[in-house]
Amino acid sequence: MPELKFDKTKCAECKAISCLVKCQYMDFKDRDRAKKEWQKVINGDNSSVLEACTTCYACEEYCPFGNHPFYMLVERQEEKGILPAPRPIIKMWINQCQPVGRFIVGKVEEKALSYCFLPQFNTLVKGKLFDGIALSVIFGQEFFCNAVYLHYAKASVIKDRLPKIVENIKSQGIKELVCLHDECYGTFTSLAPAYGIDIPFKPIHYYEYMYNRLKELKDLIKPLNIKAAYQRNCSARLCPETDHYVDDIFGLIGVERVKREYDRDNALCCAETIRMAKGPAMADDLQKKNIDDMVKFGAKYCVFNCPACYDSLAEKVAKAGIDPIHMIDLCRLALGEERGQKLHLEGMPVLRAAMEDRQYE
Amino acid sequence: MSDVYEALQKIVGEDYVSNRAEERYFYGRDPGLMPPHEPDYVVMPKTTEEVQEIIKLANREKVPVTPKGGGLALTGLVIPLKGGIVMDMKRMDMILEVNEKSRYVIVEAGVTHGALKSYLQKHHFHLRHSIPDSPPIATIVANAVIHGQGRLTQQRGFNSDMVSGLEVVLGTGEICRIGSCALSSQWFSKGPPLPDLSGLFLGWFGSTGVITKLGMKLYPCKKIREVMLFLTDKVDLVPEIIRKLTHTEMVEDIVVAAQPIPPRFEGIVSILLFITGDSEEEIEFKRRMAWEALMVYFESRDGGFVSVTPNMKPALLAMPSKDTAKFADVSKGGGFEYSGPIAPIDKYPAYLEKLEELALKYKLIYASATRVIDGGHSMMFSFSYTFNRANPDEMKRAKVALDEAAEFALEEDGVIWKPNINEQQMVMERMDQNTLILMKKVKQLLDPNGIMNPGNWEVK
Repeated sequence: MPELKFDKTKCAECKAISCLVKCQYMDFKDRDRAKKEWQKVINGDNSSVLEACTTCYACEEYCPFGNHPFYMLVERQEEKGILPAPRPIIKMWINQCQPVGRFIVGKVEEKALSYCFLPQFNTLVKGKLFDGIALSVIFGQEFFCNAVYLHYAKASVIKDRLPKIVENIKSQGIKELVCLHDECYGTFTSLAPAYGIDIPFKPIHYYEYMYNRLKELKDLIKPLNIKAAYQRNCSARLCPETDHYVDDIFGLIGVERVKREYDRDNALCCAETIRMAKGPAMADDLQKKNIDDMVKFGAKYCVFNCPACYDSLAEKVAKAGIDPIHMIDLCRLALGEERGQKLHLEGMPVLRAAMEDRQYE
Repeated sequence: MSDVYEALQKIVGEDYVSNRAEERYFYGRDPGLMPPHEPDYVVMPKTTEEVQEIIKLANREKVPVTPKGGGLALTGLVIPLKGGIVMDMKRMDMILEVNEKSRYVIVEAGVTHGALKSYLQKHHFHLRHSIPDSPPIATIVANAVIHGQGRLTQQRGFNSDMVSGLEVVLGTGEICRIGSCALSSQWFSKGPPLPDLSGLFLGWFGSTGVITKLGMKLYPCKKIREVMLFLTDKVDLVPEIIRKLTHTEMVEDIVVAAQPIPPRFEGIVSILLFITGDSEEEIEFKRRMAWEALMVYFESRDGGFVSVTPNMKPALLAMPSKDTAKFADVSKGGGFEYSGPIAPIDKYPAYLEKLEELALKYKLIYASATRVIDGGHSMMFSFSYTFNRANPDEMKRAKVALDEAAEFALEEDGVIWKPNINEQQMVMERMDQNTLILMKKVKQLLDPNGIMNPGNWEVK
C-alpha cells in the first residue's frame, strides 16, 4: 500500500504555519497556538483541527514547502475514525465510484481527453477547441482519479484504487492525458507523487491545452469584453501552478478577471461539500459571501473550472443576476460558438416561468 | 351467445365491440404474474347510459362483466376470471368540469392521470391532483377503485380519500350518485355530512358496480417544487426519521427507497422528500425545517442530506416517476411486479429485512419504494421484484416470493393493497367474521346475480 511522503522536520522548522493560519474556516491567527495544534495532528494526538476541517484542500496550496499538510490531515482523520461527513454519504461515494470492470472509451489515441467520472463533459466538449481530439476520450469509474475521498477521510480508498486507475489509463496506450477535471490533474501531479505512485503518462491541464488551442485559433477569436468572477475549486489547490492560465486565457478572449476578495489564494470553495459535512448554515453563509463578493465587484459572468462547482452554484449565481458559465463554454463563446451547458431551471420559478411563457398568480 | 354480441353491437355500435381472438387475447391478461383468462367479448361504451344497458343485458344473460381502466394494477384485477364481457372504459374520456373555487374536477371513467395532468397544466396551472407513479395511462377512476396513492398521499391520504363524488351504475343497472352530487349540482364531498356510501364501490375492484363519473379533489399547485435526499445506513432509524419529518408538516411527499442496484445504493436507505412553495423564502423555510428535524442524525453521522445536483432533479421531480419502468427492465425482459402492503411505519425494518431475505432465497433483484401515507399514519411498503418475461423459472420464483411476502405482511400487521384473488382469500381468512358477513351482504345487495368482476371479493 502506498505511503504518504511527509517530512515532519519541515513542519517543526516552519515559522509560518500557513496551513492553519491562512485557513479561512478555522481561527488560528495565533501562530503559537497553530503550531501546537498542528504538532498534535502530526503526532497523531487528538486535535480540534481534525474535526473542524472543511476539507477545502487550501492548505495544500498554503504550505510553502509542499509538505502535503492536507494529505497528512486526511490520514490522521482516517486513523482516528473521524467522519468528515455522515457515514452513509461516505458509503454512497465509495460505492458509486468503485471500478466495475467496464471500460468506457472513445477512439483513444496517444493523446486523450479524460472526462474523469463527470458526464457533464459530454455537453461541454464540442467545437473547434477539440477538433482532432474529441473522440479520443476516457470516462468512468475505471479512470476516476478518486481524489474526492480526501473529502471523506478515506485515503485508504485512494491508495487502493489509484494505482489500478493509473494502470487502466496506461493500458489504453495513452502517452498524454488532457485532464478536463483538474482534480485528475492534481491527482497525477500532486497526490500520486506524494504517495510515491508513478505516473507513466504526461498529465496536461485542460487550461494549458485550451490556451495553446486558442492561440492556434486566434484569428477566430472575437473578444468578449466582459467582466467575470472566477470560481476556484477545491482541487485547484492541488495544482496552483495552473492558475496563471486563467489570466492567460482571459487575456486572449477579452475577459477581465475581477479583482475580488474571494479569488486566488483567498478563494472560497463552492461549499456543497461543506453543506454535506457541516450543515446548511455554514454552507449558505459561505455561498452568500462568495456571490455577494462577485456582485460587489461588478462581475457579469461567473466562470467555473469544475462542473461540480457549477452544479452547486450556478442557480444561485444566476439569481444574483450573474451568468454562470464553464471555462470551456466561455472559450467557445469567444470563438463564436454556442455554449453547451444550459442552466437547469428547476427551482427557479421566475426564470422558468419566463422560459415556459407562463404567468403565475 | 351470438345474441349477446349482437345486443352489445346495438348498444355501442359495431366498431366498439369485439369477440375476435386478438382482442380476447389482449384483454385476457395484465402485465403482472397472474395467469391469463380470456373474455368472450370486449366492449367500449361511450356514455353512462350505454354502461347501464350493458349491465342490464349482462343481468338478463347472466354474463360476467369486468370493468377495465388502464389495466395496470399488475395483480390481475381486470383479468376476466370467468370470461364474459370486459368493459374497457377508455372511450369515456371527458374532463367534464373543473371547479376552481371548490377545487375539484369531474371526470369520466376513462380519463387518465396523464390527460388530467396536461389539462390542468394548460388550463388551471395553479391546481394539481395526486399523480400516482404508475404510467400516465392509468385512469383516475381505476386508481381510486384500488385505493391508489399519489404524490399528495403523504399530505392527503389515499387517492380514494380525495374522491369528492361518484356516479355509479349498480350491478343491478340503476344509475346512482354518491355524495353531495346526489342532491346538489356540485361535487365537493363524497360523503360528509351524509352517510358515506362511496365505500360500497371504492376498494371493491368493480365487483359492486361500474363507476362512470368521479369527482376528485384538486389542490394548490405551488410555483416551486423541490426535492431533498436524505441517506441513512441504519434501517432501524427509518420509522423515527419518518415520524420526525411528518411532525414538521412541511413535506409534500416522502418516499423511502432501498435497492442494491445501481451499486451506489447498496446498504443505504434513501429518503426522498418533496417540498413545495410559492416563494424562495417558503422553500428555504421548509428545507431548513426538514434539516432541523433530522439534525440529530447528522450530528451522530448516522444520516445526512446529499446535495441534489441540477442534473439529478428532472428525474427525481418527474411525475410520474420513471424509475418503476426503469426497474422493470433491470432483468432485461420487462417483467416487474410488487406486493404493496399498507402497513404500520414501525414495521419498516422488518419488512425490508424480509424483502432482502426473499430476494436472496429466490435469486431475484429487488427494489423497494415505500410511500408514507396520510401524515405518517401508515406506509405502502413495496416488495418489488424484476424478472425476465422470457424466463418462466424466474417468473415462477418471483411469484412465490411475492406470495411469501404477502403472507409475511399479513403476519406483521399489514393489509395487502390491491390483492390478487389468492391474496383476497388470504385477507378474508383472517378477517373478522362479522365484517366478512357484512361484505357478503353488500355484495349480494348490489350484485345479486354475481356478474360483477366475479372471483373478486367473493366471500365463500
